[in-house]
Amino acid sequence: MNMQMRTSFRSLSALLALSAGLAHAQLSVEIIGAGANRIPVAVADFPGERIISQALTSVIRNDLDRSGLFRMVDAGSNAIPENAAIAWGDWRSRGADALAVGQVLPTADGRFETRFRLHDIQKQAQLGGTALLHSSSQLRSTGHRIADFIYEKLTGEPGVFSTRIAYVVKSVGRFELQVADADGGNAQAAFASSEPIISPSWAPDGNRIAYVSFQTKKPVVYVHDLAAGRRHVAANFKGSNSAPAWSPDGRRLALVLTKDGGSQLYLVNADGSGVTRLASSAGIDTEPNFSPDGQYIYFTSDRGGSPQIYRIPATGGDVKRVTFEGSYNTSPRLSPDGKSMAYISRNSGRFQLALMDLASKQTQILTDSSKDESPSFAPNGRMILYATEIGGRGVLAAVSSDGRVKLKLPAIGGGDVREPSWGPFAK
Amino acid sequence: MRRLFMLASLAFLAACSSQPPAPEQAGAGVEDRSPRDLGSVSPVGRDGLYSPDRLKDPKSVLYKREVFFDLDSYTIRDEFKPLLEAHAKFLQANAKYKMLIQGNTDERGSREYNLALGQKRAEAVRKALQLLGAREDQLEAVSVGKEKPRCGEASEECWAQNRRADILYSGEF
Repeated sequence: MNMQMRTSFRSLSALLALSAGLAHAQLSVEIIGAGANRIPVAVADFPGERIISQALTSVIRNDLDRSGLFRMVDAGSNAIPENAAIAWGDWRSRGADALAVGQVLPTADGRFETRFRLHDIQKQAQLGGTALLHSSSQLRSTGHRIADFIYEKLTGEPGVFSTRIAYVVKSVGRFELQVADADGGNAQAAFASSEPIISPSWAPDGNRIAYVSFQTKKPVVYVHDLAAGRRHVAANFKGSNSAPAWSPDGRRLALVLTKDGGSQLYLVNADGSGVTRLASSAGIDTEPNFSPDGQYIYFTSDRGGSPQIYRIPATGGDVKRVTFEGSYNTSPRLSPDGKSMAYISRNSGRFQLALMDLASKQTQILTDSSKDESPSFAPNGRMILYATEIGGRGVLAAVSSDGRVKLKLPAIGGGDVREPSWGPFAK
Repeated sequence: MRRLFMLASLAFLAACSSQPPAPEQAGAGVEDRSPRDLGSVSPVGRDGLYSPDRLKDPKSVLYKREVFFDLDSYTIRDEFKPLLEAHAKFLQANAKYKMLIQGNTDERGSREYNLALGQKRAEAVRKALQLLGAREDQLEAVSVGKEKPRCGEASEECWAQNRRADILYSGEF
C-alpha cells in the first residue's frame, strides 16, 4: 500500500468516527397515489409486541400501506394471539380479504420469538406462517420480513421491505452517503465528506457500494465495504473517473474514464485491476448500466449530436441506438427482468422519468415533475426510486412501474436528498 | 517545435486583437484588465511577470483563473485567449508547477452527463494550454460537472456563471 492510500484510509476512518455520533437526516414517506385495486388486509396487534417504543405491527402496516397495493382494514385495538380461533364472519363484514395475527414471546436468553400466521378470510384458510428469533434492536427488520411474507403470499411476487436503499444527503458544507431501510428508517452514514458524492451503486451482493467522491478535488471511483466500514479506490486515473455500474456477477464495474481523452467507457475488476476499454467514440459516452443477464451495457452518448441511449455487447462490438424520440434521453437503468428501461427524458424543458418497453419500444412518462434524475428499480421491479425537486428542495420519490402508485420521501429536518440507489434482495 | 509554438501564439494574439469584444459577457470575475505587454513574445520568466508570487497578485493576469463558456459550447472564447497565453507562459517558466483544470456546468440534466460536459470544457482549456507550450504532464483536466455551482438560482445569468473552467495550481488542490 502506498503512502497516499494510507493517508486516505486514515482520513476516512476519521470521517467515519466523526459521522458516527451525528443524528442523520431521516426520510419520511408520503403516499401521493395508490393502485386501483388494493387488497384489503387487516393486521391485528400482536400480544407482547411493545418491546420497544415502536410496535412491531405498525412497521408491518406501514410497509404494506406504502406499497400502494394494499388497503389497511382497521383491526381494532384488541391484540389477537397467533393461535386464536378466527371470527371469519366478523372479518368478512369488516371487508378484510386477509388477516395477520401473531405474538411476541421473550426467550430464556433475553431475545424474542415472533410467531405469526396469515389467514385468507374468503376461503377461511391459513395462507402460511412463520417464526422469527430476534433481539429487541431487530424489531424493525422483523416487521419488514413479516411484511415481505404477507406481500409475497398475496401478490405472488417477492416483497422489498427488507431491502436497503442508499442515497446522498447534502447539507451546508457536508455530503453524506447514507444507507437506510427501504422505508427510509434506520438511516446511517456510510461515508461523509466536505466534497460532493455522486452515483452510488449497490453491488449485487448487497455488501458493497461503488460511488464517486470528489474528496481530492476530482472525481474518483471507490468501492465501499459496508460491513467492514472500509473502502478502496476502484479507479483513480488522470482526468475524471465516474459512473460506476456493477456487472450482475458483482466482479466487474463498467465506468467512465477520461485518461485517454474524452469521457469513454471502460471495464475494470472490482478491486481496480484489469482496466479494458469497452467502446470508442468521438463524443461523450457515459452512464453505463448492465442488462440483468450481463449481455449488454446500455449507456448515454452524444455521438449522434444529442444525448441518447445506446447499447453495446458487454464484450464490445456493434453499438445500437435505443432512444429516438426527443433531443435529450439519459440515465438508462434496466428493470430486473430486463424487459423495460427507466430513463430520464427531456420534454419541453422538463426532465422526467420515463419507462420504455424494450420489445415494443413503447414509452410512458411516469411523472409530472420537472427535475427528475437517477432512476433506480426496486429489486422486484415494481417501484422505481428517483430523485426530484419539490419547492426547490431535493427529495427522493418513487413511482410504480405502471405509474399508479406514487410516493415521496423527503428528509425530515432539512438537507437535499439525491442520487438514490435501491439495493438488492436481502440474502 | 519551439518556433511553431511561438508562431501559434502570435497568430493567436493577432486573432484576439482584431476581434470585437465578445457579445455575451458572463457574470462576475471576467473584467478585462490584461496588461498590454502580454502581447510580447520575449523569453518567458526573465522579467518576473511569470514568477510564482504573481499567482497571488491581484494585479497579475495570472490571478485570473476562470474561463467562461457559452451555452452548449466547449470552445474557448477569444476574450480568454490572453489569459491562457499568460498561464501557458507561467507553466513554461515554472516547469515544476502543475495545474488542475476543473470543468463546470449549469444545473440542468443528468449529473453524470453534466460531468462529461464539464470534462469537455476542462479539456478545451488543457488543449489550448498545450498548444501554447505547456507540457502535457503539467496539466490535468477534470470535471466537477454540476456538483459545485457558484450560483444556485435557476436563471440564465446564474447558469452562465456556472458554465466555467477553473484553474488551480500545485498547492491549491
